[in-house]
Amino acid sequence: MFEDLRELYQEVILDHGKNPRNCHPLEGASHMAHGNNPMCGDTLDIFLKVDEAGSIADVSFFGRGCAISVASASMMTEILKGKTVAEARKLTEDFQSMCTKDDFDFEGAVNGLDEDAVERLQMLSGVKEFPVRVKCATLAWHTMNAAVVDGGEVTTE
Amino acid sequence: MSNASNVVEMSPNAGSNAYDMERVRKDFPALHQDVYGKPLVYLDNGASALKPQAVIDTMTEVMSTYYANVHRGVHRLSQLSTDAYEEARRKVATFINAATDDEIVFVRGATEAINLVAATHGRTHLSKGDEVIISHMEHHANIVPWQMLRDEMGIVLKVVPIDDEGHFLMDAYEEMLSPRTKLVAVTHISNALGTITPMAEIIRLAHEAGALVLVDGCQAVPHMKVDVQALDADFYVFSGHKLYGPTGIGVLYGKLDLLNAMPPYQTGGDMIRSVTLEKTEFAVAPHRFEAGTPAIVETIGLGAAIDYITALGLDNIAAHEQALLEYATAQLLAVPGLHIHGTAKEKASIISFVMDAAHSHDVGTIVDRAGVAVRAGHHCAQPVMDRFGVTATARASFGIYNTKDEVDLLVEALNAVQEIFG
Repeated sequence: MFEDLRELYQEVILDHGKNPRNCHPLEGASHMAHGNNPMCGDTLDIFLKVDEAGSIADVSFFGRGCAISVASASMMTEILKGKTVAEARKLTEDFQSMCTKDDFDFEGAVNGLDEDAVERLQMLSGVKEFPVRVKCATLAWHTMNAAVVDGGEVTTE
Repeated sequence: MSNASNVVEMSPNAGSNAYDMERVRKDFPALHQDVYGKPLVYLDNGASALKPQAVIDTMTEVMSTYYANVHRGVHRLSQLSTDAYEEARRKVATFINAATDDEIVFVRGATEAINLVAATHGRTHLSKGDEVIISHMEHHANIVPWQMLRDEMGIVLKVVPIDDEGHFLMDAYEEMLSPRTKLVAVTHISNALGTITPMAEIIRLAHEAGALVLVDGCQAVPHMKVDVQALDADFYVFSGHKLYGPTGIGVLYGKLDLLNAMPPYQTGGDMIRSVTLEKTEFAVAPHRFEAGTPAIVETIGLGAAIDYITALGLDNIAAHEQALLEYATAQLLAVPGLHIHGTAKEKASIISFVMDAAHSHDVGTIVDRAGVAVRAGHHCAQPVMDRFGVTATARASFGIYNTKDEVDLLVEALNAVQEIFG
Protein backbone atom coordinates (compact mmCIF):
# COMPACT_ATOMS: atom_id res chain seq x y z
CA MET A 1 0.00 0.00 0.00
CA PHE A 2 2.94 2.37 0.56
CA GLU A 3 5.12 1.37 -2.37
CA ASP A 4 6.50 4.81 -3.11
CA LEU A 5 7.24 5.23 0.60
CA ARG A 6 9.20 1.97 0.55
CA GLU A 7 10.99 3.35 -2.50
CA LEU A 8 11.89 6.48 -0.55
CA TYR A 9 12.71 4.82 2.74
CA GLN A 10 14.90 1.97 1.52
CA GLU A 11 16.78 -0.11 4.07
CA VAL A 12 20.10 1.55 3.24
CA ILE A 13 18.63 5.00 3.75
CA LEU A 14 17.00 4.03 7.03
CA ASP A 15 20.31 2.52 8.15
CA HIS A 16 22.27 5.69 7.32
CA GLY A 17 19.53 7.74 8.94
CA LYS A 18 19.72 5.79 12.16
CA ASN A 19 23.46 5.16 12.22
CA PRO A 20 25.02 8.00 10.29
CA ARG A 21 28.67 7.65 9.26
CA ASN A 22 31.19 10.43 9.81
CA CYS A 23 28.76 12.29 12.05
CA HIS A 24 31.02 14.45 14.20
CA PRO A 25 32.82 17.79 14.00
CA LEU A 26 36.18 17.48 12.25
CA GLU A 27 39.21 18.81 14.04
CA GLY A 28 41.60 20.72 11.82
CA ALA A 29 39.06 21.14 9.06
CA SER A 30 40.15 23.48 6.29
CA HIS A 31 36.62 24.21 5.12
CA MET A 32 33.33 24.40 6.93
CA ALA A 33 29.79 25.61 6.28
CA HIS A 34 26.51 25.68 8.12
CA GLY A 35 23.36 24.61 6.36
CA ASN A 36 19.77 24.90 7.42
CA ASN A 37 16.33 24.16 6.10
CA PRO A 38 14.12 26.94 7.47
CA MET A 39 10.97 25.03 6.62
CA CYS A 40 11.61 22.31 9.16
CA GLY A 41 14.34 23.80 11.33
CA ASP A 42 16.88 21.14 10.44
CA THR A 43 20.50 22.20 10.58
CA LEU A 44 23.81 20.58 9.77
CA ASP A 45 27.46 21.57 9.57
CA ILE A 46 29.80 20.18 6.97
CA PHE A 47 33.53 19.91 7.67
CA LEU A 48 36.23 19.17 5.07
CA LYS A 49 39.97 18.70 5.09
CA VAL A 50 41.21 19.62 1.63
CA ASP A 51 44.88 18.99 0.87
CA GLU A 52 47.15 21.19 -1.24
CA ALA A 53 46.41 19.20 -4.36
CA GLY A 54 42.71 20.01 -3.96
CA SER A 55 41.72 16.53 -2.82
CA ILE A 56 39.27 15.89 0.00
CA ALA A 57 41.33 14.06 2.61
CA ASP A 58 38.50 13.89 5.12
CA VAL A 59 34.92 15.05 5.38
CA SER A 60 32.29 14.88 8.11
CA PHE A 61 28.96 16.35 9.07
CA PHE A 62 27.24 17.18 12.32
CA GLY A 63 23.64 18.14 12.92
CA ARG A 64 20.07 17.07 13.27
CA GLY A 65 17.52 16.25 10.69
CA CYS A 66 15.09 13.85 9.14
CA ALA A 67 16.03 10.41 7.86
CA ILE A 68 16.48 11.73 4.32
CA SER A 69 18.76 14.65 5.15
CA VAL A 70 20.88 12.64 7.61
CA ALA A 71 21.17 9.65 5.27
CA SER A 72 22.11 11.91 2.38
CA ALA A 73 24.79 13.66 4.45
CA SER A 74 26.11 10.35 5.73
CA MET A 75 26.36 8.81 2.26
CA MET A 76 27.89 11.96 0.86
CA THR A 77 30.72 11.94 3.38
CA GLU A 78 31.51 8.32 2.52
CA ILE A 79 31.59 8.98 -1.18
CA LEU A 80 33.53 12.25 -1.19
CA LYS A 81 36.58 10.99 0.63
CA GLY A 82 39.46 10.96 -1.87
CA LYS A 83 37.59 12.98 -4.50
CA THR A 84 38.86 16.35 -5.70
CA VAL A 85 36.94 19.51 -4.92
CA ALA A 86 36.14 19.87 -8.62
CA GLU A 87 34.69 16.35 -8.66
CA ALA A 88 32.65 17.09 -5.56
CA ARG A 89 31.16 20.20 -7.13
CA LYS A 90 30.28 18.38 -10.33
CA LEU A 91 28.71 15.56 -8.30
CA THR A 92 26.56 18.12 -6.43
CA GLU A 93 25.12 19.32 -9.72
CA ASP A 94 24.45 15.80 -10.95
CA PHE A 95 22.91 14.78 -7.64
CA GLN A 96 20.60 17.80 -7.72
CA SER A 97 19.56 16.90 -11.27
CA MET A 98 18.93 13.30 -10.30
CA CYS A 99 16.63 14.44 -7.47
CA THR A 100 14.61 16.82 -9.61
CA LYS A 101 14.68 15.79 -13.28
CA ASP A 102 12.64 12.91 -14.62
CA ASP A 103 14.76 11.96 -17.60
CA PHE A 104 18.19 12.62 -16.14
CA ASP A 105 20.84 9.98 -16.84
CA PHE A 106 22.69 10.05 -13.54
CA GLU A 107 24.85 7.07 -14.30
CA GLY A 108 25.99 8.57 -17.58
CA ALA A 109 26.61 11.97 -16.01
CA VAL A 110 28.82 10.65 -13.25
CA ASN A 111 30.82 8.42 -15.57
CA GLY A 112 33.90 7.27 -13.70
CA LEU A 113 32.34 7.20 -10.24
CA ASP A 114 32.56 3.70 -8.75
CA GLU A 115 29.50 1.53 -9.22
CA ASP A 116 28.79 1.14 -5.53
CA ALA A 117 28.68 4.93 -4.99
CA VAL A 118 26.39 5.40 -7.99
CA GLU A 119 24.03 2.76 -6.69
CA ARG A 120 23.86 4.25 -3.20
CA LEU A 121 23.28 7.79 -4.43
CA GLN A 122 20.55 6.57 -6.75
CA MET A 123 18.68 5.22 -3.76
CA LEU A 124 17.93 8.83 -2.88
CA SER A 125 16.33 9.47 -6.25
CA GLY A 126 13.04 8.37 -4.62
CA VAL A 127 12.65 11.99 -3.39
CA LYS A 128 11.69 12.95 -6.93
CA GLU A 129 8.20 11.69 -6.09
CA PHE A 130 8.18 13.86 -2.94
CA PRO A 131 8.99 17.38 -4.18
CA VAL A 132 8.95 19.00 -0.74
CA ARG A 133 11.59 16.52 0.40
CA VAL A 134 14.15 17.29 -2.34
CA LYS A 135 15.59 20.00 -0.12
CA CYS A 136 16.19 17.43 2.60
CA ALA A 137 18.22 15.26 0.22
CA THR A 138 20.25 18.11 -1.23
CA LEU A 139 20.94 20.14 1.93
CA ALA A 140 24.23 18.37 2.74
CA TRP A 141 25.44 18.68 -0.83
CA HIS A 142 24.68 22.38 -1.11
CA THR A 143 26.28 23.00 2.25
CA MET A 144 29.41 21.09 1.21
CA ASN A 145 29.51 23.12 -1.99
CA ALA A 146 29.25 26.37 -0.03
CA ALA A 147 32.08 25.21 2.23
CA VAL A 148 34.51 24.52 -0.61
CA VAL A 149 33.53 27.55 -2.67
CA ASP A 150 33.63 30.31 -0.10
CA GLY A 151 32.80 28.85 3.28
CA GLY A 152 29.78 30.12 5.10
CA GLU A 153 26.13 29.55 5.47
CA VAL A 154 23.61 28.01 3.16
CA THR A 155 19.87 27.75 3.49
CA THR A 156 17.46 25.85 1.33
CA GLU A 157 15.25 28.93 0.95
CA MET B 1 -16.27 17.31 29.93
CA SER B 2 -18.68 16.17 27.27
CA ASN B 3 -17.93 13.52 24.73
CA ALA B 4 -18.65 13.78 21.03
CA SER B 5 -21.72 11.58 21.13
CA ASN B 6 -23.76 14.08 23.09
CA VAL B 7 -22.51 17.17 21.30
CA VAL B 8 -25.20 16.85 18.68
CA GLU B 9 -27.91 17.07 21.32
CA MET B 10 -26.43 20.00 23.21
CA SER B 11 -26.93 22.95 20.94
CA PRO B 12 -29.52 25.14 22.62
CA ASN B 13 -28.34 28.34 20.96
CA ALA B 14 -27.91 27.07 17.46
CA GLY B 15 -31.60 26.69 16.68
CA SER B 16 -32.11 25.08 13.30
CA ASN B 17 -28.34 25.04 12.80
CA ALA B 18 -27.77 22.40 15.47
CA TYR B 19 -24.31 20.86 15.41
CA ASP B 20 -24.86 18.15 12.89
CA MET B 21 -21.50 16.76 11.84
CA GLU B 22 -22.74 15.34 8.59
CA ARG B 23 -24.15 18.70 7.62
CA VAL B 24 -21.03 20.59 8.71
CA ARG B 25 -18.86 18.32 6.59
CA LYS B 26 -21.17 18.81 3.62
CA ASP B 27 -20.62 22.55 3.94
CA PHE B 28 -16.90 22.15 3.16
CA PRO B 29 -16.41 21.05 -0.45
CA ALA B 30 -12.64 20.61 -0.09
CA LEU B 31 -13.14 17.86 2.49
CA HIS B 32 -14.60 15.61 -0.17
CA GLN B 33 -11.54 14.76 -2.19
CA ASP B 34 -9.00 11.99 -2.31
CA VAL B 35 -5.31 12.51 -1.72
CA TYR B 36 -3.06 9.80 -3.16
CA GLY B 37 -6.20 7.71 -3.58
CA LYS B 38 -7.22 8.08 0.08
CA PRO B 39 -9.98 10.29 1.48
CA LEU B 40 -8.48 13.55 2.72
CA VAL B 41 -8.11 13.84 6.49
CA TYR B 42 -7.37 17.49 7.04
CA LEU B 43 -5.66 18.03 10.41
CA ASP B 44 -3.74 21.21 9.64
CA ASN B 45 -6.35 23.69 10.80
CA GLY B 46 -3.84 25.47 13.01
CA ALA B 47 -2.00 26.55 9.87
CA SER B 48 -5.12 27.37 7.90
CA ALA B 49 -8.70 26.15 7.87
CA LEU B 50 -10.74 24.99 4.88
CA LYS B 51 -13.57 27.17 3.62
CA PRO B 52 -17.32 26.56 3.87
CA GLN B 53 -19.47 26.91 0.76
CA ALA B 54 -21.09 29.99 2.32
CA VAL B 55 -17.76 31.86 2.21
CA ILE B 56 -17.01 30.70 -1.33
CA ASP B 57 -20.49 31.68 -2.49
CA THR B 58 -20.39 35.05 -0.80
CA MET B 59 -17.07 35.96 -2.41
CA THR B 60 -18.27 34.75 -5.80
CA GLU B 61 -21.45 36.75 -5.40
CA VAL B 62 -19.56 39.95 -4.58
CA MET B 63 -17.37 39.60 -7.65
CA SER B 64 -20.23 38.53 -9.89
CA THR B 65 -22.64 41.28 -8.91
CA TYR B 66 -22.13 44.39 -6.80
CA TYR B 67 -18.34 44.59 -6.66
CA ALA B 68 -16.83 48.09 -6.84
CA ASN B 69 -14.34 50.13 -4.86
CA VAL B 70 -15.44 51.20 -1.38
CA HIS B 71 -15.75 54.63 0.28
CA ARG B 72 -15.36 56.38 -3.05
CA GLY B 73 -18.05 56.36 -5.67
CA VAL B 74 -21.44 57.92 -5.49
CA HIS B 75 -22.63 55.20 -7.82
CA ARG B 76 -24.84 52.31 -6.85
CA LEU B 77 -22.27 49.49 -6.86
CA SER B 78 -19.76 51.43 -4.80
CA GLN B 79 -22.49 52.10 -2.26
CA LEU B 80 -23.48 48.42 -2.11
CA SER B 81 -19.86 47.31 -1.75
CA THR B 82 -19.22 49.90 0.94
CA ASP B 83 -22.31 48.75 2.84
CA ALA B 84 -21.23 45.11 2.67
CA TYR B 85 -17.66 45.99 3.67
CA GLU B 86 -18.81 47.99 6.68
CA GLU B 87 -21.35 45.30 7.54
CA ALA B 88 -18.42 42.88 7.81
CA ARG B 89 -16.81 45.26 10.28
CA ARG B 90 -20.00 45.19 12.36
CA LYS B 91 -19.97 41.39 12.27
CA VAL B 92 -16.39 41.29 13.54
CA ALA B 93 -17.20 43.81 16.27
CA THR B 94 -20.15 41.72 17.42
CA PHE B 95 -18.16 38.50 17.14
CA ILE B 96 -15.52 39.64 19.65
CA ASN B 97 -17.84 42.07 21.47
CA ALA B 98 -15.98 45.28 20.69
CA ALA B 99 -17.60 48.41 22.15
CA THR B 100 -17.87 50.01 18.70
CA ASP B 101 -17.27 49.09 15.05
CA ASP B 102 -14.60 51.77 14.90
CA GLU B 103 -12.36 49.59 17.04
CA ILE B 104 -12.07 47.06 14.23
CA VAL B 105 -9.20 47.72 11.81
CA PHE B 106 -8.92 45.47 8.77
CA VAL B 107 -5.40 44.31 7.98
CA ARG B 108 -3.86 41.47 5.94
CA GLY B 109 -3.54 39.16 8.91
CA ALA B 110 -2.39 38.90 12.50
CA THR B 111 1.22 39.39 11.42
CA GLU B 112 0.41 42.77 9.92
CA ALA B 113 -1.70 43.67 12.95
CA ILE B 114 1.20 43.10 15.34
CA ASN B 115 3.62 44.92 13.06
CA LEU B 116 1.16 47.80 12.88
CA VAL B 117 0.96 48.12 16.67
CA ALA B 118 4.75 47.84 17.02
CA ALA B 119 5.39 50.41 14.31
CA THR B 120 2.80 52.96 15.41
CA HIS B 121 1.97 52.56 19.09
CA GLY B 122 5.42 51.15 19.80
CA ARG B 123 7.41 53.86 18.08
CA THR B 124 5.39 56.73 19.58
CA HIS B 125 4.57 55.49 23.06
CA LEU B 126 7.64 53.46 23.99
CA SER B 127 11.07 54.81 24.70
CA LYS B 128 14.52 53.54 25.54
CA GLY B 129 14.53 51.34 28.61
CA ASP B 130 10.79 50.63 28.52
CA GLU B 131 9.97 46.96 28.87
CA VAL B 132 7.87 44.75 26.63
CA ILE B 133 6.96 41.29 27.93
CA ILE B 134 6.29 38.33 25.65
CA SER B 135 6.14 34.61 26.46
CA HIS B 136 8.34 31.68 25.48
CA MET B 137 5.53 30.20 23.38
CA GLU B 138 4.92 33.06 20.98
CA HIS B 139 4.67 32.62 17.23
CA HIS B 140 7.56 34.32 15.42
CA ALA B 141 5.06 37.02 14.40
CA ASN B 142 4.79 38.06 18.04
CA ILE B 143 8.54 37.95 18.67
CA VAL B 144 10.30 39.50 15.71
CA PRO B 145 8.43 42.87 15.59
CA TRP B 146 9.41 43.45 19.23
CA GLN B 147 13.01 42.43 18.60
CA MET B 148 13.12 44.95 15.76
CA LEU B 149 11.77 47.62 18.10
CA ARG B 150 14.34 46.63 20.71
CA ASP B 151 17.18 46.98 18.20
CA GLU B 152 15.80 50.24 16.86
CA MET B 153 14.77 51.99 20.07
CA GLY B 154 16.54 50.24 22.92
CA ILE B 155 13.42 48.90 24.60
CA VAL B 156 13.96 45.86 26.82
CA LEU B 157 12.33 42.59 25.77
CA LYS B 158 11.48 40.14 28.55
CA VAL B 159 10.26 36.59 28.10
CA VAL B 160 7.91 34.75 30.48
CA PRO B 161 9.10 31.14 30.75
CA ILE B 162 6.90 28.08 30.34
CA ASP B 163 7.07 24.79 32.22
CA ASP B 164 7.47 21.25 30.82
CA GLU B 165 3.73 20.96 30.24
CA GLY B 166 3.63 24.26 28.39
CA HIS B 167 1.98 26.38 31.09
CA PHE B 168 2.54 30.12 31.12
CA LEU B 169 4.41 30.69 34.39
CA MET B 170 2.32 33.22 36.25
CA ASP B 171 4.72 33.71 39.19
CA ALA B 172 7.60 34.57 36.89
CA TYR B 173 5.32 36.93 34.98
CA GLU B 174 4.23 38.73 38.13
CA GLU B 175 7.83 39.21 39.14
CA MET B 176 8.69 40.53 35.69
CA LEU B 177 6.02 43.24 35.75
CA SER B 178 7.31 46.61 36.90
CA PRO B 179 6.60 50.30 36.41
CA ARG B 180 8.91 50.02 33.40
CA THR B 181 6.60 47.49 31.74
CA LYS B 182 4.69 49.30 29.01
CA LEU B 183 3.33 46.45 26.94
CA VAL B 184 2.59 42.75 27.35
CA ALA B 185 2.21 40.81 24.07
CA VAL B 186 1.10 37.24 24.66
CA THR B 187 -0.75 34.55 22.76
CA HIS B 188 -4.24 33.47 23.82
CA ILE B 189 -3.62 29.92 22.57
CA SER B 190 -0.18 28.60 21.64
CA ASN B 191 -0.09 27.41 18.03
CA ALA B 192 2.69 24.94 18.78
CA LEU B 193 1.49 23.54 22.13
CA GLY B 194 -2.22 24.22 22.31
CA THR B 195 -1.91 25.89 25.72
CA ILE B 196 -4.74 28.29 26.57
CA THR B 197 -3.13 31.07 28.56
CA PRO B 198 -4.91 32.62 31.58
CA MET B 199 -5.51 35.78 29.59
CA ALA B 200 -7.95 37.57 31.89
CA GLU B 201 -5.47 37.27 34.76
CA ILE B 202 -2.50 38.22 32.54
CA ILE B 203 -4.37 41.37 31.52
CA ARG B 204 -5.52 42.23 35.04
CA LEU B 205 -1.96 42.06 36.37
CA ALA B 206 -0.57 44.04 33.44
CA HIS B 207 -3.13 46.79 33.98
CA GLU B 208 -2.30 46.88 37.69
CA ALA B 209 1.30 47.52 36.67
CA GLY B 210 0.18 50.21 34.23
CA ALA B 211 0.96 48.22 31.08
CA LEU B 212 -1.16 47.63 28.00
CA VAL B 213 -1.79 44.14 26.60
CA LEU B 214 -1.78 42.88 23.02
CA VAL B 215 -3.33 39.43 22.60
CA ASP B 216 -2.45 37.17 19.68
CA GLY B 217 -5.83 35.53 19.19
CA CYS B 218 -5.16 33.63 15.94
CA GLN B 219 -5.70 30.19 17.42
CA ALA B 220 -8.33 31.32 19.93
CA VAL B 221 -11.08 32.86 17.80
CA PRO B 222 -11.85 29.65 15.84
CA HIS B 223 -12.13 27.58 19.02
CA MET B 224 -13.65 29.62 21.84
CA LYS B 225 -15.86 32.60 22.54
CA VAL B 226 -13.72 35.71 22.81
CA ASP B 227 -15.03 38.85 24.48
CA VAL B 228 -12.48 41.64 24.26
CA GLN B 229 -14.40 43.83 26.73
CA ALA B 230 -14.72 41.09 29.35
CA LEU B 231 -11.00 40.38 28.91
CA ASP B 232 -10.30 44.12 28.94
CA ALA B 233 -7.77 43.53 26.12
CA ASP B 234 -6.15 46.67 24.75
CA PHE B 235 -5.26 45.10 21.40
CA TYR B 236 -6.52 41.78 20.05
CA VAL B 237 -5.36 40.41 16.70
CA PHE B 238 -6.34 37.48 14.51
CA SER B 239 -6.29 36.22 10.93
CA GLY B 240 -9.36 35.42 8.84
CA HIS B 241 -8.03 32.29 7.15
CA LYS B 242 -7.75 30.30 10.38
CA LEU B 243 -11.39 31.21 11.08
CA TYR B 244 -12.65 29.42 7.94
CA GLY B 245 -12.47 32.73 6.07
CA PRO B 246 -10.29 33.85 3.17
CA THR B 247 -6.56 34.64 3.23
CA GLY B 248 -5.34 38.21 3.01
CA ILE B 249 -7.72 39.54 5.63
CA GLY B 250 -7.18 39.88 9.36
CA VAL B 251 -8.28 42.00 12.26
CA LEU B 252 -6.67 44.43 14.63
CA TYR B 253 -8.96 45.27 17.52
CA GLY B 254 -7.82 48.24 19.58
CA LYS B 255 -9.53 50.34 22.22
CA LEU B 256 -10.70 53.43 20.41
CA ASP B 257 -8.72 55.96 22.44
CA LEU B 258 -5.56 53.94 21.88
CA LEU B 259 -6.13 53.67 18.13
CA ASN B 260 -6.81 57.38 17.81
CA ALA B 261 -3.60 58.16 19.70
CA MET B 262 -1.56 56.18 17.16
CA PRO B 263 -0.05 57.69 14.02
CA PRO B 264 -0.93 56.10 10.65
CA TYR B 265 0.86 52.91 9.65
CA GLN B 266 0.77 53.39 5.89
CA THR B 267 -0.37 56.50 4.12
CA GLY B 268 -2.26 57.17 0.92
CA GLY B 269 -5.86 57.10 -0.15
CA ASP B 270 -8.88 56.34 2.02
CA MET B 271 -7.10 57.18 5.27
CA ILE B 272 -7.20 60.96 5.13
CA ARG B 273 -9.62 63.67 6.14
CA SER B 274 -8.14 66.26 3.80
CA VAL B 275 -5.00 66.62 1.74
CA THR B 276 -3.49 69.76 0.30
CA LEU B 277 -0.07 69.75 -1.29
CA GLU B 278 1.30 71.22 1.92
CA LYS B 279 -0.47 69.28 4.62
CA THR B 280 -2.60 66.25 5.37
CA GLU B 281 -5.17 65.65 8.05
CA PHE B 282 -5.62 61.99 8.83
CA ALA B 283 -8.91 60.22 9.28
CA VAL B 284 -9.76 58.78 12.68
CA ALA B 285 -9.75 55.03 13.42
CA PRO B 286 -10.37 52.65 11.81
CA HIS B 287 -9.91 54.33 8.39
CA ARG B 288 -6.67 55.96 9.52
CA PHE B 289 -5.12 52.49 9.35
CA GLU B 290 -6.69 51.32 6.11
CA ALA B 291 -4.71 53.13 3.45
CA GLY B 292 -5.40 52.21 -0.14
CA THR B 293 -8.06 49.97 -1.59
CA PRO B 294 -8.68 47.26 1.02
CA ALA B 295 -9.26 43.54 0.49
CA ILE B 296 -12.94 44.17 -0.23
CA VAL B 297 -13.97 40.68 -1.34
CA GLU B 298 -11.97 38.97 1.40
CA THR B 299 -13.38 41.25 4.08
CA ILE B 300 -16.94 40.46 3.04
CA GLY B 301 -15.91 36.78 2.88
CA LEU B 302 -14.66 37.01 6.46
CA GLY B 303 -18.07 38.36 7.44
CA ALA B 304 -19.65 35.26 5.90
CA ALA B 305 -17.23 33.01 7.82
CA ILE B 306 -18.21 34.73 11.06
CA ASP B 307 -21.90 34.23 10.25
CA TYR B 308 -21.20 30.55 9.66
CA ILE B 309 -19.26 30.07 12.91
CA THR B 310 -21.81 32.05 14.88
CA ALA B 311 -24.68 29.96 13.55
CA LEU B 312 -22.83 26.81 14.55
CA GLY B 313 -22.24 28.31 18.00
CA LEU B 314 -18.82 28.71 19.56
CA ASP B 315 -19.93 26.84 22.68
CA ASN B 316 -20.91 23.88 20.52
CA ILE B 317 -17.65 24.11 18.60
CA ALA B 318 -15.61 24.24 21.81
CA ALA B 319 -17.46 21.21 23.22
CA HIS B 320 -16.97 19.23 20.02
CA GLU B 321 -13.28 20.08 19.79
CA GLN B 322 -12.61 19.38 23.47
CA ALA B 323 -14.17 15.94 23.09
CA LEU B 324 -12.06 15.33 20.00
CA LEU B 325 -8.93 16.54 21.79
CA GLU B 326 -9.56 14.17 24.65
CA TYR B 327 -10.13 11.23 22.31
CA ALA B 328 -7.15 12.04 20.08
CA THR B 329 -4.82 12.51 23.04
CA ALA B 330 -5.70 9.08 24.41
CA GLN B 331 -5.39 7.40 21.01
CA LEU B 332 -2.08 9.05 20.17
CA LEU B 333 -0.55 8.22 23.53
CA ALA B 334 -1.34 4.58 22.80
CA VAL B 335 0.97 4.69 19.76
CA PRO B 336 4.29 3.17 20.90
CA GLY B 337 7.14 5.67 21.14
CA LEU B 338 4.95 8.73 20.61
CA HIS B 339 5.36 11.72 22.91
CA ILE B 340 3.11 14.77 23.11
CA HIS B 341 4.68 18.18 23.71
CA GLY B 342 2.20 20.53 25.32
CA THR B 343 0.03 18.96 27.98
CA ALA B 344 -1.30 22.04 29.73
CA LYS B 345 -4.45 21.70 31.82
CA GLU B 346 -6.29 24.22 29.68
CA LYS B 347 -5.69 23.19 26.10
CA ALA B 348 -7.20 23.73 22.67
CA SER B 349 -7.50 21.03 20.02
CA ILE B 350 -3.86 21.16 18.93
CA ILE B 351 -1.55 18.19 19.50
CA SER B 352 2.18 18.50 18.87
CA PHE B 353 4.04 15.22 19.00
CA VAL B 354 7.30 13.49 18.21
CA MET B 355 8.01 9.82 17.60
CA ASP B 356 11.07 7.87 18.70
CA ALA B 357 11.06 5.95 15.45
CA ALA B 358 11.19 8.84 13.01
CA HIS B 359 11.83 12.54 12.60
CA SER B 360 8.69 14.68 12.34
CA HIS B 361 9.42 15.50 8.73
CA ASP B 362 9.40 11.80 7.87
CA VAL B 363 6.23 11.34 9.93
CA GLY B 364 4.59 14.13 7.93
CA THR B 365 5.56 12.56 4.60
CA ILE B 366 4.36 9.09 5.58
CA VAL B 367 0.98 10.14 6.94
CA ASP B 368 0.51 12.39 3.90
CA ARG B 369 0.59 9.31 1.69
CA ALA B 370 -2.28 7.98 3.77
CA GLY B 371 -4.24 11.13 2.95
CA VAL B 372 -3.65 12.72 6.36
CA ALA B 373 -2.52 16.35 6.36
CA VAL B 374 -0.56 17.37 9.46
CA ARG B 375 2.07 20.02 9.83
CA ALA B 376 5.65 18.95 10.40
CA GLY B 377 8.22 21.52 11.38
CA HIS B 378 8.86 24.23 13.93
CA HIS B 379 5.45 25.91 13.47
CA CYS B 380 7.10 29.35 13.33
CA ALA B 381 7.79 28.92 17.03
CA GLN B 382 11.45 27.91 17.18
CA PRO B 383 11.88 29.04 20.82
CA VAL B 384 9.21 26.49 21.77
CA MET B 385 11.10 23.78 19.88
CA ASP B 386 14.32 24.79 21.67
CA ARG B 387 12.50 24.67 25.01
CA PHE B 388 11.56 21.04 24.40
CA GLY B 389 14.92 20.12 22.87
CA VAL B 390 13.58 19.28 19.41
CA THR B 391 14.01 20.91 16.00
CA ALA B 392 10.54 19.99 14.86
CA THR B 393 7.32 18.31 15.86
CA ALA B 394 4.40 16.90 13.94
CA ARG B 395 1.17 18.72 14.74
CA ALA B 396 -2.40 17.60 14.36
CA SER B 397 -4.79 20.53 14.81
CA PHE B 398 -8.50 19.85 14.76
CA GLY B 399 -11.36 21.98 13.51
CA ILE B 400 -15.12 22.00 13.40
CA TYR B 401 -15.38 19.28 10.74
CA ASN B 402 -12.98 16.71 12.16
CA THR B 403 -14.23 13.42 13.56
CA LYS B 404 -13.12 10.54 15.74
CA ASP B 405 -12.93 8.40 12.61
CA GLU B 406 -10.32 10.79 11.27
CA VAL B 407 -8.35 10.49 14.49
CA ASP B 408 -8.38 6.73 13.94
CA LEU B 409 -7.06 7.22 10.39
CA LEU B 410 -4.25 9.37 11.76
CA VAL B 411 -3.36 6.68 14.27
CA GLU B 412 -3.41 4.05 11.54
CA ALA B 413 -1.04 6.17 9.46
CA LEU B 414 1.25 6.60 12.45
CA ASN B 415 1.39 2.86 12.84
CA ALA B 416 2.66 2.75 9.26
CA VAL B 417 5.50 5.01 10.39
CA GLN B 418 6.42 2.39 12.97
CA GLU B 419 6.17 -0.27 10.33
CA ILE B 420 8.43 1.50 7.83
CA PHE B 421 10.98 2.68 10.36
CA GLY B 422 10.86 -0.53 12.32
